[in-house]
Parts: sequence; C-alpha cells; structure tokens
Amino acid sequence: MEILAPLLQYLISGLTNGAIYALIALGFGIIYNATTIINFAQGEMVMLGALCAISIYHVNPSLPLAFAGGVAMVTVIGLVFERLALRPVRDPSPISLIIITVGGAVFIKGIAMLLWGKDPYSLPPFTSNVPIGLGPATILPQNLWVLGVGALLVLFLEAFLRLTLVGKAMRACAYNPRAARLVGISTGRMVQLSFGLSAALGAAGGILIAPLTLGVYDMGTMLGLKGFSAAILGGLGSILGGVLGGLLLGVAESLASGLISSGYRDAVAFLILLVALFIRPQGLLGGKQ
Amino acid sequence: MAVNDISFGVPAGLVKAVIGPNGAGKTTLFNLITGFLAPQRGRILYREQEIQSLPAYAVASLGIARTFQLVQLFDHMTVLENVMVGRHRLSRAGLFSGGLRLPWARREEAAIRDKALEALEFVGLADRAAQPAAVLPLGLKRLLEIARSLASEPSLLLLDEPASGLDRVETERLGEMILTLRDRGITILLVEHDMSLTMEVADDIAVLNYGRLIAEGPPRAIQKHPEVIAAYLGTDWQG
Amino acid sequence: MRLPRLLNRWLLFTAAVFLIALLMENEYYLTLLNFIGIHTLLVVGLNLLMGYAGQISLGHAAFFGLGAYTSGILTVTYGLNPWLAMLAGMIISGVAAFLIGIPALKLRGYYLAMATLGFGVIVYIVFTEAQAWTGGPSGLAGIPALHLAGLSFDTPWKLYLLIWMVVILILILSASIVDSRIGRALRALHDSEAAAESLGVNTQRLKLLIFVWSALYASLAGSLFAHTMNFIAPSSFDIMFSIKLVTMVVVGGMASVWGSLLGAGVLTILPEVLVFFHDFEVVIFGGILMVVMIFLPRGLVRGLLDLKEFRRYKRQGGAFPV
Repeated sequence: MEILAPLLQYLISGLTNGAIYALIALGFGIIYNATTIINFAQGEMVMLGALCAISIYHVNPSLPLAFAGGVAMVTVIGLVFERLALRPVRDPSPISLIIITVGGAVFIKGIAMLLWGKDPYSLPPFTSNVPIGLGPATILPQNLWVLGVGALLVLFLEAFLRLTLVGKAMRACAYNPRAARLVGISTGRMVQLSFGLSAALGAAGGILIAPLTLGVYDMGTMLGLKGFSAAILGGLGSILGGVLGGLLLGVAESLASGLISSGYRDAVAFLILLVALFIRPQGLLGGKQ
Repeated sequence: MAVNDISFGVPAGLVKAVIGPNGAGKTTLFNLITGFLAPQRGRILYREQEIQSLPAYAVASLGIARTFQLVQLFDHMTVLENVMVGRHRLSRAGLFSGGLRLPWARREEAAIRDKALEALEFVGLADRAAQPAAVLPLGLKRLLEIARSLASEPSLLLLDEPASGLDRVETERLGEMILTLRDRGITILLVEHDMSLTMEVADDIAVLNYGRLIAEGPPRAIQKHPEVIAAYLGTDWQG
Repeated sequence: MRLPRLLNRWLLFTAAVFLIALLMENEYYLTLLNFIGIHTLLVVGLNLLMGYAGQISLGHAAFFGLGAYTSGILTVTYGLNPWLAMLAGMIISGVAAFLIGIPALKLRGYYLAMATLGFGVIVYIVFTEAQAWTGGPSGLAGIPALHLAGLSFDTPWKLYLLIWMVVILILILSASIVDSRIGRALRALHDSEAAAESLGVNTQRLKLLIFVWSALYASLAGSLFAHTMNFIAPSSFDIMFSIKLVTMVVVGGMASVWGSLLGAGVLTILPEVLVFFHDFEVVIFGGILMVVMIFLPRGLVRGLLDLKEFRRYKRQGGAFPV
C-alpha cells in the first residue's frame, strides 16, 4: 500500500502530461500526413495557446471564452505561419524545411518573450481546485479536464477524418497526393487545413495544461519535442499511435522522475526517443518505412 | 510498374536491348538489376553471383553502371568533377589520406583526373570540363552521364533511354559510341524507344509488355514476331 | 594553376592572422577573435554535414559540451594532461555520434535532426544534474591552461595564436577534404543520392562518417573553449547554442568552407556591437533562419555567389540551379 499510493499518483500525473503530448503528437502527424513536413514550430503553438488564453482571461475572466479565443487565435497564427514561412519555400528539401520550421519556432518564441516577458502566468483551473480522493491517491479536477477534453478532441479528430468529406479528402491526400489532385482535391487547401488543425490541437493542449504548469514563453520547446517523441514512438501519422505514444511517454517520464530523480525527467523522455529510433524507427503502430 | 516472371540472359560482350510500350516495366527491370529496387522473389545473377539482395552501391562496385531515364547529374559540380565521382569505386583515398594529400593519395587523385578526362574526351565533352554540369543542354547532359558511368570502368553498362532528347546527329553519334564500347568489351543493356537506333546497335532484343517477356531474339526476328507486332499495334510505338 | 592560387589564398589568410596578432593589443578584441575562431571550428564541421552531406544536427552544442567537459573533468578532477584529455573528449564525442548516427541515418530526412536534438537535451541535462562530476549549474572552475614545450597559453594573445593556428589547419584540411575523393562523393550525394549510389558510393556510410567527423571538430572546439575560459557551465551548451550554430552555417552559406568563417564572424560580433541585440537575439536568429532558407536555400553568401554564377552561365543557355 505504501508503494501503491505514489505509483498511482505518478500514473495520474503521467497520464495527464501524456494526454498533452498526445495532442501535440497528433498535430505533428496531421501536418506530416499532408505534407511530409515535420513542423518543429508545433510546440510553440502550445505555448501560444496557453499565453493567448491567459491574456484573454485577464481582459474578460471567462474560461470558455479564453479557451475558444485562445484556440481561434492560434489557429490563425498556424495558418499565417504556413502562408508566410512554408508556401514561398523554393527548395522543399528536408533540410531546408527543418531549418525553416526550427527558425519559425525560435522566432515565435522570441516574439512571445518580447510580448509576455519571461515571467510565468497562471490560469485558474476550469473548475474547483479541491483534490478528489481516488483510492490511496488523489486527483485534481483539472487532471480530469485534461484527460476528458483530450479524449474528446481525439474522438472528434477521428470522426472528422473518417466521416466528413473534408476529412476524407485529407486522408486521400496523405495516401496519394497525385491521385487526390486528379479527383479534384486541392492539396494546397489541405495543407492549409492541416496547419490550422494542428495549431488548434496544440493550442487546446496548452490551455488545458496551463492551470497545472503555468504559462511561460519557453514552455513550448520542451513540449513540442516531447510531442514529437511521442509521435515517433507511436508511429508518425497514426492517430492511435500518437495517443499511445503520448500516454506511454508521459507515464514513463513521470515514473522515472518519481522513482529515480526529478532532474532527469526530461532526459528520460529523450532516452526513450533514442531507444525507439534504435529498435523500432517506424514506431509502435507505424507501417513500413 | 510491376514486372512478373521475367527470365532472360545478357550475353557478355554484346548489346542487348529491352523494348516494349510505355509502362511495360523496362525501368523497373533496370532498378531491380542495379539494386534500387529489391525483387519480391526470383534471382538476379551476375557472373554466377546472386546480386538481387545487394544495395545499389554494392551492385555498382561489381562493375555494373547505369544511366537514368531522367538525367541525374551532380548539378553543383563541374563536368569534370561529375566524371571523377565515377572513379569512386576504383579509388580508395579516405578522409585522412585525401584531406592530408598524402603522396599516394595525390597520385591517385591525378590518375582519377586523367581517367575522367579520358572519358570526357570519349564522349566529346573535354572542352566543357570546367563548367558546372547544370548549364549543359540536355543532349550533352546525357553524354556526360555516359562518361561518368564509363569512368567507373563497368563491365556491364545499363543505358536507360539514352537517346531521348537527342537530335538526329547526336543520336547517330550515340549509336557509334555504343558500338565502340561493345567492341571494347563492355556488355550493354539498353532500353530505348528510338527503334532505328535499337535495331542498328542491338545484337539481341528482349520485348516486354505488361511486365512480361513476350519475345526474345535478334533484331530481324523480333521485327517479324507476330506477338510483338500485336503488342505494339495501337499503342504508342515510337520511332 | 589551381593549386598555387589556392595556396596563395591560404598564405594571405595566415599572414592576415599573424598581422592581427602583431597589431592587436586590446584584450577584449582578442578574446572576441578567439571566440570567433572556436565558433568557426564548430561551424566548419557542421557545414560539412549540412552543406555537403545534406543532413542536419540540431545538437552540435552537445558534442561541443562533451569536449569541454571531458577536458575540464579529466584535467581538474583527475589531473590528466590537457592534450590527452582533449583526445579523450574527441573519442567520446566520436563514439556518441557514431551510436546516434547508425539508426538515425538509416532513415531519411528528419531522423538525424530529431535524434541529435534529443541527444542535445539529454547531454545538457546530464551536465546540469550530474553535480558530482560536472559541478552542476554553477559550473566547473579551475581548468588549467594548455601547455606546449614550456609555453603556457594563458593570455588572450597567446590563446589567439593557438586557436587561430588550429583554425587555419582545420580550414585547410576541410577545404582539402571537400576537394578530394570523399569530398566529391559527399557533394555528389547531396545533389543526387541515386546517382551517387549508382557509382558505388555507400551514401549511408558516408553520411555517418561525416557526422562523426563534424562531431570531432565540435569536441576539439569544446576542449579549446574549456582551456580558454578556464571555467565552463551548462548554459554554454544548450539547444539555443546548437541553433545559433545552424544559423551561422546558414548565413555563411552551405557548402562553403570560407563562408563558415564569415558566418561565425558575423554572428559572434553582431551581438557584441549591437546593444539592442541581446533582447532581440532569439527573434533575430529565428528570423534569419527562416528568411534566408525560404529565399536562398543554399545560404546567404552561397546563394548570392550562385546568383552571380548564374548570370555568368545564363548566356550559354543552361538553367543554373539556385
């Protein structure tokens, strides 16, 4: 029982962080499917989501408004980023695209630092902050919000891609862009959509986690990297893989930081990434390379 | 394109042509032989050695060189440097020996340069040696690609539509070049749409259609082969 | 004709380096030049990888740090000869690069970028957390100066001579590699991997080789850095520094040994002379990366040179790739 309580506690916090990683991983996957680009600026969308929502909340203290406003603003930023930084690219080789999106990430982070400064901001939890007992452990209502909304978003995404015409068109583009163009799907539009969609997912993740971790200009880098690790771990471009990878990564690093040392928490996440690259580069649920 | 159950031999020291309508699987066949694609089953033998599971660079190291249907030059390098890369498999200077210009590496480098120039002279591009490869017109690019593969001293050379984009005069010169190479003992496997060129240089022809071998034999027999005529009727028989 | 011209250029450069040493007395400027030299070593190596092999490392600060910390720890804690420690650093960095490179280079595109980024984060965390060895966030002090034949490199002036001699040697070596068999194979694989393979170039092994090689340069630079500063702390080896190195490559131009010197010079001096730079540093570096790569994918200097060459050859009727 003495061992079980902290383990359960690590599991809860690991799943919570993992849900955020999963949302970011899905963002990576959506863009990758549409363009085969890895958007290294994805993590910054998470940061922007949190900070925009916090700023909106300061003007008008309504959480639903802050959530919707934050997501909407970042979606627009994602679309603008695609329009300004990626569409004009003259040489779409992987190395150019890596440098451009890394540059974009750094640029966005720098702008955020100028706008919001280096101090962290808090966002109140969505509902009460009273811990709920769960056997020997406790869980915060915000943890439940993260898990619940996260799961909902994943289901929405899945439904969107499977059931709607636009979603089907996006999947068609991912499978075979040339054939998709032949049947009249505008791939340019799909690329745009993928950037908007993944920015929105990232922003939602940032707003969900902000009440637990605070929002600060440099939070996006690490979250983005872990989201990518999750995507690689699960299999880049697979929804279920992204979710699985995110949750696994979150739990693993939470356990490691609790049982070994909290300082090495982030190192564990990347160690998992390196090991995954070694053993199964296509990811847990990825197809052949 | 898929290729199925093709079985044929390339006699050493001759020019063998592979023809067939668009989409017959000729380029796929080339990619299989040169290790750019791995066959799902079957064997590819080169001098009694199985090569079907070798990666492309290893196939090349055995002396099998190729050109590409869409010319693949090293655009940011000079014409001469392009051909010098062809000597890669026959030379061995590494980071240290090459970087430090050890005496033997220096000699090797000089030999690479000489052999490369020789290959350029053979195709008639020696006077363009110092230009960036990218500025050459298409016809000369094809010749440069041939020079580059020749520099690797192949015993088997695969030419993937070498005449496409060439004018009449250039095509004629290409034909002579292919025959000269054969006389030097290089076995040549040729994919070509230009029928007059093919009939002129080939000793032996294999006809593919829909990934299958439908006929094989000397040019005269192939021209009269009923199945070949049927396969080409109504399709884009070129040349 | 080629060789004498090349030699001349190097002689001129060496003469300029020594002339500066004779004339320059201001220690601040000398120190700045020393940093430029160290950055140049890093950027040349990274440029071989990015400009020639077409791969990218987003964790080069880690190899720089491995060199610095290996030198620091082995000399301070274990009293080892600094030159041996430098060698040990290079071995460790080389092995690390080799181990990361094997899986990452088997896959195309993004995997080396991601693996090096992850590696960079891990190494940075270890520098911070392994306090017993590294001194943690407060750093490792008391790293001795390098000695050679009774001469101690302990002033900015002497260090200047040492560092720039190394820079000259490495630049010559790198330019020479680019112009050798391996260099040609590298440039070839950057332009067409298929064609390079078809000529017998084992592209995967070549990429690995050059990645390890660039890690060795970075480690060497790190050791020099440690013995120059006599003090090191993790903050010198964070992700942002890796990204700054990439920016230096991009500014200097891909596939350009001389451009590396220029990129390192410009981006080391700018933050020093422009007071406002500090606040906007991150934005400026990010902006440079995006704008240059969108419009001049081969980098700033290289891109401009290409444009010049393009005009020269346009008359002959070919399209020069930009």
